[in-house]
Amino acid sequence: MRYLPLTEADRADMLARIGAPSVDALFVDVPETARLAGPVEGLPGHAGELAVERHMTRLAARNVNAGSVPFFLGAGAYRHHIPASVDHLIQRGEYLTAYTPYQPEIAQGTLQMLFEFQTQVARLLGCDVANASMYDGSTACWEAIAMAARITKRKKAILSSGLHPHYVSTVQTMARFTGDAIVYTAPELAAEPDTAALIGRIDADTSCVVVQYPDILGRIGDLSALADAVHAAGALLVAVVTEPVALGAIRSPGAMGADIVVGEGQSLGVGLQFGGPYLGLFATRDKYVRQMPGRLVGETLDAAGRRGFVLTLSTREQHIRREKATSNICTNSGLCALAFSIHMTLLGEKGLRALAAENHRLACRTADRLAKVPGVKLVNTAFFNEFALEIAGDARAVVRALAAKDVLAGVSLGRLYPDHSELAGGLLVAVTETVSEEDIEALAAGLEEALA
Amino acid sequence: MPRYFTDEHEWIEVDGDTATVGITDYAQSQLGDIVFVEVPDEGAVLTKGQEAAVVESVKAASDVYAPIGGTVVSGNQNLEEDPALVNSDAEGQGWFFKLTIADKGELDGLMDEAAYKAFVESL
Repeated sequence: MRYLPLTEADRADMLARIGAPSVDALFVDVPETARLAGPVEGLPGHAGELAVERHMTRLAARNVNAGSVPFFLGAGAYRHHIPASVDHLIQRGEYLTAYTPYQPEIAQGTLQMLFEFQTQVARLLGCDVANASMYDGSTACWEAIAMAARITKRKKAILSSGLHPHYVSTVQTMARFTGDAIVYTAPELAAEPDTAALIGRIDADTSCVVVQYPDILGRIGDLSALADAVHAAGALLVAVVTEPVALGAIRSPGAMGADIVVGEGQSLGVGLQFGGPYLGLFATRDKYVRQMPGRLVGETLDAAGRRGFVLTLSTREQHIRREKATSNICTNSGLCALAFSIHMTLLGEKGLRALAAENHRLACRTADRLAKVPGVKLVNTAFFNEFALEIAGDARAVVRALAAKDVLAGVSLGRLYPDHSELAGGLLVAVTETVSEEDIEALAAGLEEALA
Repeated sequence: MPRYFTDEHEWIEVDGDTATVGITDYAQSQLGDIVFVEVPDEGAVLTKGQEAAVVESVKAASDVYAPIGGTVVSGNQNLEEDPALVNSDAEGQGWFFKLTIADKGELDGLMDEAAYKAFVESL
């Protein structure tokens, strides 16, 4: 379809109809000094399509593609192999209206797909019920805190120091407007998660404790004792999973007593995509379903007794309950949820377990190799496919030095916590099934050289 | 025991200092099948006109406002398991909450059964 702009005659017509002498006259209410007098300085003029394409291609070539070099970046966004069939299937015509419909029952295929997505998410996170997805992991994390406040009628959330700092800032941004108190301190380069410290902070005002699993440093702890302590205080345990593939290998947070489990679903089916769009996962206990945000698909029988699907419990939602809705979110990440669901379906339970085992095997292999590099110390006692190293020196500078040699070594803690110089030696290394033996060797050799 | 009614279709039964509050049979018939009721917690202090409960039917979710002020003594926990009690016995077993009345003066001006009946017939 061509874009056909208005002609001069169209413009004159419209201005005459509303009685304005010119387009500029529509802006008289904007103070003179705030108006743009001429073209923005320093920008090139219009260019033809071919010239723009050439220019953009040249710019894009300056990027280093994740798939073209040894790649160990993680910290909440993971590169996994996505079977080509995922992309093929999500582009089929039947799925082109994957957006959640407002006259929903007419699109039974979309509802069935979302129902299956919810089933997969609930089982993966170890919960009774999951919604049809949210925007991303960090906003799902905030929604969990807001939900805990509604259930407990308390307004103080205690965040683990192991929660991703970007999630922490999303939470702090939202809490500025809701008035929830947020308790948080930055992590230390310690071998174990901060469970004991969290238990010590719980009080009678606490609505929830939010813990990431595995946490930002890749550490994995048993959540059962924390869940017991939280419940004894009448609060809820919120668990955040930024790498859902891990749950193919380790116990789910729901099985350890978490009341709300949220996560980032990007790892399965979605891809890195320059940071988005991503996929928020949200699951909870049956008894809290009416306080859950987001869309929810249910299974039912039609008038003829045939299996069918409906959007259910919509009275929680904004288009019905207006300002009293459980959330301002009235949609879901339809296409990303579809990709997640198709990838999960292709893997199956066995496939997911095998994928998780391969991630862990390669991560152990990498950790063992890197720990032999002089000046490198492994921080974690336990991890899945990502761990923290403490290196002798500024990890940020080391990452830059290796990037110059086309090795993407990991995410430095100096980048995530720029105000915490005590963490400057920290380096997060993620190892997925996409990493080869040569990649591991290139990283080890690069670190040896950089730290020599 | 005296029973009062509001134009928001709530009934209030007064027994000494305690009032039992629910929605009327007319209200439940307008709402249709009730699937969920959220009642206030014990100890909650309500002022007249404040949101006190939520009633959700297959048609709509509606707020129930406190017809008079007071401190909640109990919410009807049976409604959690069996919200349809509101349909089958709105003005009996389907009560929502009981409160200790803060100011009996607030009962002045509410309708009695006959006045409420006339009000419903006028709708």
